[in-house]
Amino acid sequence: MFASCADPSSLEGLGWLMCYLTSGKHMLFYSSIGIVLLLLLITAPIALAFGFGGAVAARSHFLPLRWFGKAYTSMVRGVPDIIFFLFVPIAMDQGFEWLRHKVKCSDWDQPVWQGNDFVVCPAAKLPLSTSPQWIHETYGFFLAVLAFSIVFGAFAANVIHGAMNAVPRAQMETAEAYGMSHRQAFRRILVPQMWIYALPGLSNLWMILIKATPLLFLLGIRDIVYWARELGGSKTSHFDYPHPDWRLYYFLALLVFYLLMTSVSERVLRRITARLSHGQATLGGEQQRKAAR
Amino acid sequence: MKKLLTAAALLALTAGLSQAQTIRMGTEGAYPPYNFINDAGEVDGFERELGDELCKRAELTCEWVTNEWDSIIPNLVSGNYDTIIAGMSITDERDKVIDFTQNYIPPAASAYAALSADADLKGGVVAAQTATIQAGYVAESGATLLEYPTPDETVAAVRNGEADAVFADKDFLAPIVAESGGELVWAGQDVQIGGGIGVGVRESDTELKATFDKAIQSMKDDGSLNAMIKKWFGEDALVF
Repeated sequence: MFASCADPSSLEGLGWLMCYLTSGKHMLFYSSIGIVLLLLLITAPIALAFGFGGAVAARSHFLPLRWFGKAYTSMVRGVPDIIFFLFVPIAMDQGFEWLRHKVKCSDWDQPVWQGNDFVVCPAAKLPLSTSPQWIHETYGFFLAVLAFSIVFGAFAANVIHGAMNAVPRAQMETAEAYGMSHRQAFRRILVPQMWIYALPGLSNLWMILIKATPLLFLLGIRDIVYWARELGGSKTSHFDYPHPDWRLYYFLALLVFYLLMTSVSERVLRRITARLSHGQATLGGEQQRKAAR
Repeated sequence: MKKLLTAAALLALTAGLSQAQTIRMGTEGAYPPYNFINDAGEVDGFERELGDELCKRAELTCEWVTNEWDSIIPNLVSGNYDTIIAGMSITDERDKVIDFTQNYIPPAASAYAALSADADLKGGVVAAQTATIQAGYVAESGATLLEYPTPDETVAAVRNGEADAVFADKDFLAPIVAESGGELVWAGQDVQIGGGIGVGVRESDTELKATFDKAIQSMKDDGSLNAMIKKWFGEDALVF
């Protein structure tokens, strides 16, 4: 980065540290923080959508749809996250490739399973083996987002389902008395009111999601945990910046990073809670009403 | 066999027609000097230099990817990359799942490193990386095996006293022992295990295996492989 860093072995003290902390590898470490934030920003809304869909399905009057909603929540919630994270990306990847294989290479005469090997025709590979590395990485990231969304969507579905049931029956009765149809009452009364009941559960999920991001590392994505371990390991003179085992300091930095993330989210969530309590028939809403008087 | 050959030839033909092949080279990136991530964040080491030279000779375009050691074989088999070039010794167990090219490093010694030369290697606790030939050897030696996912952690375990000794490829441990300032020393005798290190490929990839075999042979024949081994592992390293 700096011109003075060209020969690290001649540096000492602060100058060495400056160069060390701005090496190409450290830059990748810093940018991996962005990967974690990106994962959170993409996954949260998708998981919320999955959760909403799952909750609506579980409440549906149409039996197969209700089965689907219930099966989704109980199945995903009953399996350890880590197994799901290992299973979903591999299964999805092979599933996608198999489908593409069926469509694109119908004249392929060899079996897809050859002993241990999963072999599809080159045109069906996902991503194509000729595509550059960043496409492979994006694809891996996409699979990770999908796995996270499915798992956290199931938890969110359960929370939202509970929140929908928590909306006082009197509210729905009033809506019916006004002559609203089922759909209208759902859209105008139930959904706007349920958020305050769902929020404690959802904010919990958000915290768990933040803390679950190191699972990315399991999926082969080079996130901050990967880089912290890689950078912290002791380095011999094959490297430009030899140093002993520094994993402790790197993991300490991770600890601070995650604490920072959760404390900021806690503050934001508190504001959202206050905002949503406004005018609600809950304890929080009641307190707001009294304070305003 | 004949059917396989025609299929391979057909594959070669179609692949050659459509595009110049890109081969994804899978490595661990945590085993200096064999392979490691250098300070610029790129794969570096003996195997990087070797792999690039092999690809040049075979006229392939190669791309480097890293993968955890633990899942390096399953991910090769499921097609995430096309070769394993990660200091992997050729063993019968691995040969059942994947195929190896001829070795590019002759069967080299494994060694114990410990805090003192008289560490208990037969009854004590010995650290080794998971799913390596060294781990298998320790398990059979009577010592208590302590497994770690990365090579670096096996050395750290000895340093902080969790293990009495670490057992690994001598070429990996040599620079660590030399630079530890006397903290780590060799213990016991060197052990000869494994059949040398080769490039791992899928069993169905017979064509790729032949290509790499040919390239490795040509490097053996003109002596450039020996020169490269000496460059990375020192003048005393075993050569062909």
